[in-house]
Amino acid sequence: MSALVPLPVVVPLLGAALTLLLAGRPRLQRAISVLCLGGTLTVALLLLVQAYRHGPVVVAVGGWPAPVGIVLVADQLAALMVVVSSAVTLCVLLYSIGQGRSESSESTPVEIFHPTYLVLTAGVTNAFLAGDLFNLFVGFEILLAASFVLITLGGTAARIRTGSTYVVVSILSSMMFLMAVGLVYAATGTLNLAQLAQRLDDLPDGVRLALELMLLLAFAIKAAVFPLSAWLPDSYPTAPAPVTAVFAGLLTKVGVYAIIRTETLLFPGGHADTLLMVVAGLTMVIGILGAVAQSDLKRLFSFTLVSHIGYMIFGVALSTVAGLSGAIFYVVHHITIQTTLFLVAGLVEERAGSTDLRRIGGLARVAPLLGVLFFVPAMNLAGVPPFSGFLGKLGLLQAGVAAGGPLPGVLVAAGTVTSLLTLYVASRVWNIAFWRAPRSATSEPAVPLPKLMVGATVALVALGLALTLLAGPLFDVTTDAAADLRLRTPYVQAVLPGGVP
Amino acid sequence: MTASGAGPTLVLVLAVAVLVGCGVILLLERSLTRILLGVILLGNGVNLLILLGGRSGGAPIVGTGAVDQMSDPLPQAMVLTAIVITFGFTAFLLAVAYRSWYLTGDDEVPDDLEDRQIIRRAVRNEESAVDHGGEGPNGDPEQVDPEPARRRLRRGEEA
Repeated sequence: MSALVPLPVVVPLLGAALTLLLAGRPRLQRAISVLCLGGTLTVALLLLVQAYRHGPVVVAVGGWPAPVGIVLVADQLAALMVVVSSAVTLCVLLYSIGQGRSESSESTPVEIFHPTYLVLTAGVTNAFLAGDLFNLFVGFEILLAASFVLITLGGTAARIRTGSTYVVVSILSSMMFLMAVGLVYAATGTLNLAQLAQRLDDLPDGVRLALELMLLLAFAIKAAVFPLSAWLPDSYPTAPAPVTAVFAGLLTKVGVYAIIRTETLLFPGGHADTLLMVVAGLTMVIGILGAVAQSDLKRLFSFTLVSHIGYMIFGVALSTVAGLSGAIFYVVHHITIQTTLFLVAGLVEERAGSTDLRRIGGLARVAPLLGVLFFVPAMNLAGVPPFSGFLGKLGLLQAGVAAGGPLPGVLVAAGTVTSLLTLYVASRVWNIAFWRAPRSATSEPAVPLPKLMVGATVALVALGLALTLLAGPLFDVTTDAAADLRLRTPYVQAVLPGGVP
Repeated sequence: MTASGAGPTLVLVLAVAVLVGCGVILLLERSLTRILLGVILLGNGVNLLILLGGRSGGAPIVGTGAVDQMSDPLPQAMVLTAIVITFGFTAFLLAVAYRSWYLTGDDEVPDDLEDRQIIRRAVRNEESAVDHGGEGPNGDPEQVDPEPARRRLRRGEEA
């Protein structure tokens, strides 16, 4: 079973090489990409079942045992993340294939898109599965390098303008991460996460806190936590719709995953909890206030993305099993929903020719299916019962109330306000873009939307609804994962079965 | 590195400090070429820092000397990876800077969307807020610095 662990990384990488070789044959290229991601999804599901039933699945790459060699670890958290990310990337890939075939869309160079997209997937899964701090860094770099290519795809003036900001900010955060990795190694003499968990405990408090803050700084830039989030709404909206969707869904969540990992496995005890709670509250409120002021659909969704990162950080900062479980559930929910919303924004652009709220209107009358496709995930994001967004927020707020104290209380209030403001934003978009009288730009008979694009979006909306229906079992998995994270011993024992050297 | 294996020499520590400091200052510039130079300096500084993390000593090859006299090979392996990654990123940033120069005639990182909207409104003396509290948009001439506004608008930025 442990032979399966490297596959989610290796298969997309090999697929990327193959699609690069087949650059001139788009049909074959598409088939290979879909097969690779489909295979990754299957493997990820198997890994999740295995990790849930029998504990973390570990493979020592190259046969070197744990503290010396590099390990890939699929515990419940990592396996769950890989499952959701491969499901989402598969849907977005189908969507992009549908978009590439339609006549009206802007031309994307498909022969570059597919290999890069597969490399991005490999980077994301590598980051999730890494059992070694340096391997985590390499995973980040793989996905960043691929994302640089995707965000500047085509090299138009607008994409270069926004891409340069993204590239510089990402490189800077990588440097921070690398610096932190170097300092962690200098302080402890190891980078294996399981071994670090033991050795970091023995360090003096000041050194430990400094290392923790450096890692958190690097990850917070990637996760777009408030004071470090200004780059995100500027850089995401100009990229092609599928690229924006997958970035919004996955890249920030890789940062959140890394924060969860460091805060539970490496630095338990919650020395940074107060700081995390304050930034979580600010992220929620300031992000959603930014969304209220926007008039472009994609920018608006970018701000809601930033805002809802705050919920996950709040869950992590509580450092209780309930809080962590809620945060993990929220990550799963938010990956799906935020990706869906950006895909819908892409469909709106395809249908109405613009995502500017001042120029579109009446889409519910012109394209009723599009209306439904927007309405369901938007209400889900806002946290209207009975959707998964409501369940996730409820879980987090309950955990906040259970934790007690003034600061969690403030955070619970901020979370509620943010949820209401999200509902306001969603209904504002609904009223303007879908409900009012059709604009001239929207009402003219446009080409019908490509079936594959609509199909992929419907699949993601359905996945979002499935999260609602399966919320009970999913909460079981996340609670179990959170309990394991808090205990730390299942992870450490799985990686180092012979005890810590 | 010192031959005795006692710890990092002060020279290397100072080199890291200078490289990182210069890198950060260059990163704060507006032109992508200078940012690129900053990234190179910062990257080299960080790579050197990683190298300082391990024990110094002789070449870590079995048979060349006593094991306890050898340097720690792991930071060196990590630095190799990090150098390759920094190199790739530098090349990409160079390409972006060149493309930016090719398209717009300079390689400056422009203001973001909201800033430019506000500047445009200020240039046209439009009201950017609903309530001025009895004071018109011309009430305070120092409200917006007009100089960068003209500079950016002359270049024919798109809306």
